[in-house]
Amino acid sequence: MTALLDVLSWIALMSGVAFCVLGAAGLLRMPDFWARTHAAGLTDTLGAGLILVGLMFQAGIGLVTIKLLMILGFLYVASPTAGHALFRAAHAHGVAFSEATLGIRKWEDGSDRGSD
Amino acid sequence: MFSAAMLGILVTMFLALIAAVRGPTVFDRILAINLFGTKTVLLIAVSGFLMGRPEWLDLALVYALVNFVAMIAVLKFVRFGNLARDDVEPRG
Repeated sequence: MTALLDVLSWIALMSGVAFCVLGAAGLLRMPDFWARTHAAGLTDTLGAGLILVGLMFQAGIGLVTIKLLMILGFLYVASPTAGHALFRAAHAHGVAFSEATLGIRKWEDGSDRGSD
Repeated sequence: MFSAAMLGILVTMFLALIAAVRGPTVFDRILAINLFGTKTVLLIAVSGFLMGRPEWLDLALVYALVNFVAMIAVLKFVRFGNLARDDVEPRG
């Protein structure tokens, strides 16, 4: 039983860390601000969630798990709220789109379909 | 196991710092710093388990709250130019 919990905890922790590193790499690689927000959101939900679940497997049932659940619940409420405020502020400032992001928009309008 | 997780989180924080220094607009920097703060919460939680003292989770919880308030405060400052008055027009 303990070995199974250890394996589950190891899997959750390592996949959470992998999502965190991937999100940070996306933060460096994505072309503009609007694409970078997706990479940052990945680390806030899947990365943090999987790492905290992995710690819960280690802690067992008790006060520590309740504290971990409180951190998880707060992060899941606060992170999208802060993200929404940030995107609204950026949109109000008129942060520019990159060429790659605008290409998708053009295709959705049907104005330039087939050219790219 | 916890050391490996801590190493990965530290790598993430380092990449977020690079993004914060590099980001062209102020919103890119705020995004990277918000990510850095979230990863600090996770780092404190994992290091508590690594040292065998899970009581440090209280610190992680407080850091999550402070990080959220600081994020909203910085955004308000960027948008309005100050933190206290409410009779100024938003920029842009």
